[in-house]
Amino acid sequence: MLGLAVGAFPGLGGIAGLSIMMPFLYGMDTVSALATLVGLVAVIPTSDTFTSVLMGIPGSSASQATVLDGFPLAQKGEASRALAAAFSASLIGGIVGAIILTLFIQIARPLILTFGSAELFMLALLGLSMVGVLSGGSLIKGISACGLGLILGSIGAAPATGEFRMTFGIDYLYDGLPLVIVGIGLFAFPEITELLRKNRPIAAGGLLKGNWFEGVRDVFRNWFLCLRCAGIGTLIGAIPGLGGSVVDWIAYGHAVQTSKDKTQFGKGDIRGVLAPESANNAKEGGGLVPTLLFGIPGSGAMAVFLGGMVLLGIEAGPAMVSTNLDLTYTIIWSLALANVIGAGSCLFLARPISRLTAIPFNLLAPFMIMVVSFAAFQATRQFMDLIALVGLGMLGVALKRFGWSRPAFLIGFVLAPQAEGYLNLAVQFYSWNMFTRPGVLIILGITAISVWFSSRGRGRNTENITLPVEGLSGTAQTSVKTPQILFLMGLITTLSYALWSSLQLSPLGQMFPFGIALGTMSLCLYQLVTLKIGPTDNPANFDLEHQVESKSDPTRGSILSNAGWFAVLIAITGLVGFQLGVLFFFIGFLKLKARQNWRMTIALSVAAILLISSLANFLIVELPTGLLSQYVDLPWLLGRI
Amino acid sequence: MIPFKEGGGSDTWGRFNATFFSRYLPGQPTVIVRNVPGGNSIAGSNRFAARARPNGLSVLGTSASTQFPYLLQDPRVNYEYRDWQVLMASGAGGVAYVSSDLGVANVAELGSVIDKQLLYGSQGPTSLDLVPVLGFKLLGLNVRPIFGMSGRGAGRLAFERGEVNIDYQTTTAYLRNVVPLIDQGNAVPLFSWGALNDSGELIRDPTFPDLPHFAEAYEILHGEKPSGLGWESWFSFFTAGFPAMKLLVAPKETPIEIVQAYQHAVTAMKQDPEYITRKPAALGTYEQVTGPAAQRLYELATDVPQQARNWIRQWLRDQFQVNIEV
Repeated sequence: MLGLAVGAFPGLGGIAGLSIMMPFLYGMDTVSALATLVGLVAVIPTSDTFTSVLMGIPGSSASQATVLDGFPLAQKGEASRALAAAFSASLIGGIVGAIILTLFIQIARPLILTFGSAELFMLALLGLSMVGVLSGGSLIKGISACGLGLILGSIGAAPATGEFRMTFGIDYLYDGLPLVIVGIGLFAFPEITELLRKNRPIAAGGLLKGNWFEGVRDVFRNWFLCLRCAGIGTLIGAIPGLGGSVVDWIAYGHAVQTSKDKTQFGKGDIRGVLAPESANNAKEGGGLVPTLLFGIPGSGAMAVFLGGMVLLGIEAGPAMVSTNLDLTYTIIWSLALANVIGAGSCLFLARPISRLTAIPFNLLAPFMIMVVSFAAFQATRQFMDLIALVGLGMLGVALKRFGWSRPAFLIGFVLAPQAEGYLNLAVQFYSWNMFTRPGVLIILGITAISVWFSSRGRGRNTENITLPVEGLSGTAQTSVKTPQILFLMGLITTLSYALWSSLQLSPLGQMFPFGIALGTMSLCLYQLVTLKIGPTDNPANFDLEHQVESKSDPTRGSILSNAGWFAVLIAITGLVGFQLGVLFFFIGFLKLKARQNWRMTIALSVAAILLISSLANFLIVELPTGLLSQYVDLPWLLGRI
Repeated sequence: MIPFKEGGGSDTWGRFNATFFSRYLPGQPTVIVRNVPGGNSIAGSNRFAARARPNGLSVLGTSASTQFPYLLQDPRVNYEYRDWQVLMASGAGGVAYVSSDLGVANVAELGSVIDKQLLYGSQGPTSLDLVPVLGFKLLGLNVRPIFGMSGRGAGRLAFERGEVNIDYQTTTAYLRNVVPLIDQGNAVPLFSWGALNDSGELIRDPTFPDLPHFAEAYEILHGEKPSGLGWESWFSFFTAGFPAMKLLVAPKETPIEIVQAYQHAVTAMKQDPEYITRKPAALGTYEQVTGPAAQRLYELATDVPQQARNWIRQWLRDQFQVNIEV
């Protein structure tokens, strides 16, 4: 139950939840303590679906692909159908995962050991090949977006040499940008600013249609897809080092590739929700394999789980499939049980909670901005998190506007450390001989098949068959090209810097960023040329804003002024701390932007501050502090904990 | 404050001790473990150095990864161990082992593979792995480190996959995951790094009384006791990395009563039956010490002779082209 509450609040994720529970584990007997730990891990990828679907905020890396179709469904007013489908899929995924694991765990050890660093690098490439289906109208643009993601993901310490790249001497960038913030910045931030501008409920017209039962039926209609994705989730989750971050994208890509009618993906196809959701719960089960058998956690949540096991005195290792086999089965099946309970209770909550999408956005927006900032801050608990959020948010707005596939960008970002790390290892171990390893060739073959599947149909009738990730290109082609060209030139400048800075590194640290920067830059230059001299209807030409700007409506305000509300909250927070910052922000927003009366303003502001303060004080969650707290000791509810 | 991620060795160490500090510090305060990861613990330690007040309400748990960049004078380090004082210290040990494919049964037989290139999975040249990498070199082994392992666990996995054939693990991980490999006949233990006795000399690790320590291994292979700058530098960094691996520190100006309260809490928790039963599995067999014993380790861990420092920096530059700018 606690796991559910924690998971539903974006940014808290599994790690915070487990940390909170840790002190209570003492004094429990081993089995119930383990069950508690497992329960927390299990329900997090279930309950963070709420925010992914309803608000377009990916609560953890496990639910990023869900946003892609879940949020459009909510915008169509079908939130409860999407949620019901997601939870039923989670439930099935969890159970299927447990069944696979039960059969698989005995032979897992030797199987996992056949995956060397070369094979793991190839798996990262397989993940990257999913960009093919997520590129939208222009494949070149999709690949470039992915390249940009890879470059952004290589900021920080080089995996092999520990050299720092593109950090500008900022401490914050030593470990690279946090995934949560990139996810929120790219997806939630642009949607929120967009909705602020339109000022309408998330569900168009405030109408809720599509019922709950329909969602459950969707699962049965697509049972084979769910089953396949659960299998993918378990197996990929079981490979140590790749972790769960790519599972949902691979499942999503798989769903798109194997579907005959692809027109609705990205616009609210229920299969786009089913696939990642059935995979991500199965993945947690798969993630148990390396954690239990090798003591190597596949994800952050698993790392904490392992830490909890150590505190309980249970030793992960080969003994888990011999002398402690009963304990292993207990863990696997309590995971399945927790999934059933978690997904079941979410299923009942789906209907009432989906009403949120009918609320006028001006009332919901301050809460969402608050929640998003809060979630971003939990990434590393530094003020820089909030600044990074705004920066990446603006990038997200630009990518969306100019039709650069944000999913492709995110896949690049997520896979950058794995791809680079395993590439470095593989080169040191095998050099070119890696391509003679059978495992490498098999995965290469799968990648080729996957690319073939996704390119099938591309080029014949682009408009109907490819996935319109960022809207249909035909509607956004414009003769006013200046903004696009400026953006592209900005990118090229950034890439030149990346290229130049990678030249300062040792050969091993340089290999990856240099290659990616060079490749991406040539693609960008190619686009620049086609944009300049090519016809207006070439797929590189894309600007969602040109129509809006030509008939601009002064009451709506530009994207910039709406995004400014984020900056306002963050600036006040920097001065007086988060709680007081939220108070001032709410009052300001509700009076100036939403034009509410004082009663409503005060009621909502008080509600917000109570919510945030009780999180801080009862769940011991850290909040951003401002300059003020360095000079004055603030009282209990507002001060530092 | 723990300057590492949730779930790692330092985090586990912090959370284990936090439970008992809650119990034995005066007034049974709630002790919260706050993880501030970044830059392999440099970011969090810098932050502690800049912000912590000498009131005993916030203390920092550092590890060998925090001590090494400080000792090597990494320019990113803004913390100074001389501005802190130690409340508690604890150590760890480690055992080196090789793949049984090499056909070596013990250290003495290593001579037969001295010309063969061995592979070792390392986290990076300036990490704690510099102790084993330099150690192998001093023994005269031809070991090529493969950089980029994400942790010691990843190194062990590479060993199990057969990608590397020489490795070491810290005591707990060794007992848990390597001993089964030895029992199956896949791995052969060589030597332990050793431990320090009360007068600071290297002795056999009490957990592994049957294995030679590093200096003994050296003697077996070279026929003489280790000496010279290389050996002295290795010994300094070994001490900072293993016998004094984890340090709990507070700002130096912290009043003596508060420091004593912590020292009493450490002494008291070691009597707690729950501590006694849970500690071996959670933290391993090494004692956590406080007071003068901790002070002695603290000095060994945070102060190396300038000569040793220079020697190591030069070695890193020559061997791995690692330049630590000043």
